[in-house]
Amino acid sequence: MSDMMSEAVTETHGDTVQMNMIQAINSALDVMMERDPDVVVMGEDVGYFGGVFRATAGLQQKYGKNRVFDTPITECGIIGVAVGMGAYGLRPVPEIQFADYIYPALDQLVSEAARLRYRSAGEFISPMTVRSPFGGGIFGGQTHSQSPEGIFTHVSGVKTVIPSTPYDAKGLLIAAIEDNDPTIFFEPKRIYNGPFNGHYDAPAKSWAGHAQAQVPTGYYRISLGEARVARAGEALTIICYGTMVHVVENMVAEMGVDAEILDLRTLVPLDIQAIERSVRKTGRCLIVHEATRTSGFGAELMAQVQERCFYHLEAPIERVTGFDTPYPHSLEWAYFPGPVRIREAINKILKD
Amino acid sequence: MSDRIDSDAGMEGAGRNLPPLRLHVPEPKFRPGDTADFSDFDIPPAGAQPRPDETAQPGDMRDLAYGLVRVLDEEGAAVGPWDPKLPPETLLKMLRAMALTRAFDARMFRAQRQGKTSFYMKSTGEEAVSIGAAAALASDDMCFPSYRQQGILIARGWPIVDMMNQIYSNKGDRLKGRQLPIMYSAREAGFFSISGNLTTQYPQAVGWAMASAARGDTRIAATWCGEGSTAEGDFHSACTFASVYRAPVIMNVVNNQWAISSFSGFAGAEATTFAARAIGYGIAGLRVDGNDALAVYAATRWAADRARANAGPTLIEHFTYRVEGHSTSDDPSAYRSADEASHWPLGDPIARLRKHCIALGIWDEEQHAAMDRELAETVRDAAREAEKNGILGHGLHHPMESMFEDVFEEMPWHLREQQQQMLDEWKAAGL
Repeated sequence: MSDMMSEAVTETHGDTVQMNMIQAINSALDVMMERDPDVVVMGEDVGYFGGVFRATAGLQQKYGKNRVFDTPITECGIIGVAVGMGAYGLRPVPEIQFADYIYPALDQLVSEAARLRYRSAGEFISPMTVRSPFGGGIFGGQTHSQSPEGIFTHVSGVKTVIPSTPYDAKGLLIAAIEDNDPTIFFEPKRIYNGPFNGHYDAPAKSWAGHAQAQVPTGYYRISLGEARVARAGEALTIICYGTMVHVVENMVAEMGVDAEILDLRTLVPLDIQAIERSVRKTGRCLIVHEATRTSGFGAELMAQVQERCFYHLEAPIERVTGFDTPYPHSLEWAYFPGPVRIREAINKILKD
Repeated sequence: MSDRIDSDAGMEGAGRNLPPLRLHVPEPKFRPGDTADFSDFDIPPAGAQPRPDETAQPGDMRDLAYGLVRVLDEEGAAVGPWDPKLPPETLLKMLRAMALTRAFDARMFRAQRQGKTSFYMKSTGEEAVSIGAAAALASDDMCFPSYRQQGILIARGWPIVDMMNQIYSNKGDRLKGRQLPIMYSAREAGFFSISGNLTTQYPQAVGWAMASAARGDTRIAATWCGEGSTAEGDFHSACTFASVYRAPVIMNVVNNQWAISSFSGFAGAEATTFAARAIGYGIAGLRVDGNDALAVYAATRWAADRARANAGPTLIEHFTYRVEGHSTSDDPSAYRSADEASHWPLGDPIARLRKHCIALGIWDEEQHAAMDRELAETVRDAAREAEKNGILGHGLHHPMESMFEDVFEEMPWHLREQQQQMLDEWKAAGL
């Protein structure tokens, strides 16, 4: 159902050109700022300079400093100000430079943005989209590598979105900006410039030639809450999102396994029907995420699969995740849930 | 051992003849049983503070962050350059709103004690802070209050039955019984949804003001927090943003001396004033007698005119006293001297404004007594009206399933599922 729905609501305009994920995000911001004068972009270094990852390049020049501006280095202030701007009637798109820096903003996100509609019974809303690069694999050490999505999926009142391709990044970001609820939009920075198959010692690949890097220049949206079947298959279901979609795709190809790969795209609201349909079909389920294991989003996925698909399961559900340690700098590739661990898990699930 | 350390150039100290370090933990002057004595308070006479132009450079008016703007003198006369010279009808309107706020507080405090609701917070002694400001702002300026500014809603003429419905979480409560009593939200009155988390409203007010400025609007924002919560990071984030973008915002610190049981020293009052926080941010700072409605009005009007002239934000410290407990859950006799309130050297804000109106010949004691009787009836009648919609704990005033509404604009499947599960469980239990 979700595949059909996503086709039905996807509306494309303009030429289709090749974009990497940063260009696709930039294009989404551009399209939305053009369409909606209420959209404002703010954050550390996002203005004149265009962002440390260049995601907001050119926007200040095009839309002016009243709509695209640099901020002081206070994440609490950035999100607090965005709540106030939302209450005024604007549609802020604040950037938190690294997801690792989002913690000072937690009170404003959890107690304010996420709760405003509820506590005021709809008098005030917080239609902000918080963009933030997340995840590791770039030798960022423990303060430039974390995957804190599980903190936000635990909070009632926010949506959490994680794209895995340039095409999805643009369509999902447009949908997030148009959404009247606060949305955390985590951008897997390891795949900003190209898909990453998990083999860190292999030469880096760009998005050139990738089918999902063909991106319309105009407006289109991918509805929040719809997973994408990245690969259809029968042998097992692998649930993943972000960078791990590519790592999983590559391993499935290497092993020649007929796996069904579900790219969640949105964690909250979750596309439970896509998960249920796939696991009931395959009877086996592997969950892969880069975030730490305990109370990670994988735990919720396991619980959902167990509750809904128990009698269809032919093997225990498995998780491959980051370890419950801080992200280590020099041992990054031992920490990263890469090809070795995914191969082991697939073999284990298929053994029974 | 010590020889070895002394001989090591990088490890000096342990063996040297230095005094031991001491940790300073602030202690208030008076505790239960002590006689409060504020005679050492440095209270400048009314009218003594200069009034700079609204567009003055913050650096040229630093003394005002350490002084105390006062308009009403001991005889009830309005004196000095800050006298806003208000017409009689404005003075009487403010007096009435302050008296109504006090009557409302008395009634709702009693309602909590009678078990009609879970919680209440009085603003006794601080009425001038809210009502003086509300009178000086335009009615469409946006307020981001803390939890003790009920006077703003009352001054703006918001129906008190609506406020009571919220306090009772009853079926007339527009907030559907979701918020702790007194955490009002009234968009139509320019009154932002109150949060229980302290000072989160500060950066929000700055953001609202920035949006207003970016849009070329004419409305400004005002926000309030207590002196205790100026210690929160949000306060400092807000001051930085307000300074950087010269946001049209008025940031009020209600220094009522007590944050639950912690005196203002735990927020830094032993070292400096709260208005002086403005100096480091390069924004205008005013320190005002918060029990003087005319001083509050004048300072707010000055700050509002400054904001409207694109001359930037103002931080106003309202020096006042929390006469009652923090809330109905608090017992101040456990931590402070019982006679602090009666010895408070800046008096009672209602008594002072009443004295002024009487001195002007526009009011008398009899009229005031009659007004108090009338307002007591007004709040009693309003409470009866609100109680017709129910009181907390007496039945479900909102359908159980409404709990799941407004988490998101559209209810996602997992909330629908949980909603259905709850209803099924109650049904299965025969309830």
